[in-house]
Amino acid sequence: MTTTTGTQQAGAASAALPSRALAGSGAAAIITDAPEPHPTLVRTFAAMMAREGRVLRRNLIGTFTRAIMQPLLFVFVFTYVMPKIGGSGIFGAGAAAGGATFATILLPGLMASMLFMQGIMAVTFPLVMEFSWQRTIEDRALAPVPIRVLAIQKILAGAVQSFLGALIVIPIVLLVHAPGQSPHVNVTDWPLLAVILVTGSLLTASLGLLLGTLMDPRKMQMLFAAILLPATMLGCVYYPWSALHSIRWLQIAVLINPMVYMSEGLRAVLTPQTGHLALWAILLVLIGVTALVGYFGTKAFARRVLN
Amino acid sequence: MTEPAVQPPAPPPAIRTEDLRKTYKTSRGDVPAVRGIDLAVGTGEFFGLLGPNGAGKSTTIGMLTTLVVPTGGRAWVAGIDVVADPVGVKRRIGVVTQNNTLDMQLTVAENLEFRSRFFGLGLRDAARRAEQLLVAFGLADRRKAIATDLSGGQAKRLLIARALVHKPDVLFLDEPTAGLDPQTRVNLWDMLRELHAEGQTILLTTHYMEEAEALCDRVAVVDHGEVLAAGTIDELKEGAGADTVITVRYESPVPDGLAVRTGLPGRPGISKVETEGDQVRVFAREPEGVLGELVTAGAAAGLTVRDAAQLRPSLETVFLSLTGREYRE
Repeated sequence: MTTTTGTQQAGAASAALPSRALAGSGAAAIITDAPEPHPTLVRTFAAMMAREGRVLRRNLIGTFTRAIMQPLLFVFVFTYVMPKIGGSGIFGAGAAAGGATFATILLPGLMASMLFMQGIMAVTFPLVMEFSWQRTIEDRALAPVPIRVLAIQKILAGAVQSFLGALIVIPIVLLVHAPGQSPHVNVTDWPLLAVILVTGSLLTASLGLLLGTLMDPRKMQMLFAAILLPATMLGCVYYPWSALHSIRWLQIAVLINPMVYMSEGLRAVLTPQTGHLALWAILLVLIGVTALVGYFGTKAFARRVLN
Repeated sequence: MTEPAVQPPAPPPAIRTEDLRKTYKTSRGDVPAVRGIDLAVGTGEFFGLLGPNGAGKSTTIGMLTTLVVPTGGRAWVAGIDVVADPVGVKRRIGVVTQNNTLDMQLTVAENLEFRSRFFGLGLRDAARRAEQLLVAFGLADRRKAIATDLSGGQAKRLLIARALVHKPDVLFLDEPTAGLDPQTRVNLWDMLRELHAEGQTILLTTHYMEEAEALCDRVAVVDHGEVLAAGTIDELKEGAGADTVITVRYESPVPDGLAVRTGLPGRPGISKVETEGDQVRVFAREPEGVLGELVTAGAAAGLTVRDAAQLRPSLETVFLSLTGREYRE
């Protein structure tokens, strides 16, 4: 269209310096009366973790409810309701594992399941949001640290939530069960328990970062159907790996699922009497996959942030 | 004989780029977004990158703020190479991107406090700095609101306040007033002028001509990833765009030779006459009478005038004479 008229006067009218647009002591103070910033990697990293802590505390009830409901209901139905109504016959797994109660099987399994779920939830969901729509990730990317440090911070924050999620399972399984159905826990190697929990939570948080980085936000519902559900159902949560010997092909196939090594790793340190995968294989996979997924996850993250 | 006094080294320009380029690789092949931009912005300047949407402004600002990795050329901010030391650059810049990137999980005050802590301030300093900025930007009564509850203008003020927590050497603003109502926009302009008056170096991108004219000391006009012209507003108007542009559109297509019959081409004070479809456009240093002659000549050829416009020298006429296209916002 050619009906435009001159616009160069539009700004001139308001070009005279305004009396005061900035209140208080104004622009001078903002620039001159400011504390000198001294960012260091450690300070920035700590501040970012503190931010996660603040948000977690603010959403405490929601986060806690999300974390507690799944194991609570699961334990209630399978170690209280089912034994009461005489459904114990379906738990061949317990029998296969030397007559252990189902709660004994479930404790390490549910802890591993929580490690996995919470790790993915804590990292993947927020990350997908941060990358989409307003691309709020750009805000954090402007903090004075390398982008890969930001990725590591996200892994660590997710791992903490994953770790805490797994701990919540312990009192639930110990307390909620029908008479005579209590789990038999026998921890002899506390440091090893810590190692399994820490590597397990780091693994899931790294996986969460990789998924959150590569995931198309429009396919979010796929995350549950294609990853979370198969990983937990086929992750030796509800049965020990050894019990799968009667379905040999499945016993071998599930070995590609990293969840299996978390469940079995926790079985090895919490309920060794039920039998478990070889410890060296568990540690090799937990540490190896964490390193591998962590490496590629942070790399993909940096690439995506810096398009 | 005395040794000549050693001159202190001149401070590096706040921003410098050399042949800066960015080509995006897509499934449809390479898409060049920025094709060799050279800029120099001095400390304390209020510099504008002006261009229509898709001109490459945001990509340029992305490269200067380390969020986009250049595919060619070099750039320095506060004397620091953006590719070699992005963390060093990030310490010295404040950035307001186009999107609302506030932390929606935090309150208004927390957005400022945590950003201050990201930049190494202790708890007490961070709280003090946040309070100072809340007051200055008129957000003190919203300090406990969650960031999602802010209006567009408030969110933009908070974004600017947040970009200033660590006293950045350079403040980058990408389309800061896009989508704001006129009153909020003018209010924001006033804030930016005050910051600039206190010595804050600012680089702003905009697709509003009047915004560049109202705020900037110097402007680079950008289109298709290249700088078409750069200088003060007055320099630009005195250069290629010193002409007044007179456009007359008729009810029917302009017959061949009409432009010649007006006697305008070649006359002193007339730089250029263009005929295209149903319109004639004249670039004139001496525009007096041109409009009348176009109407008369049209009437003599049996053409009725549909509309007519006369643009005095402005960034818009600069753009028009540089690109041959009207500026589209």
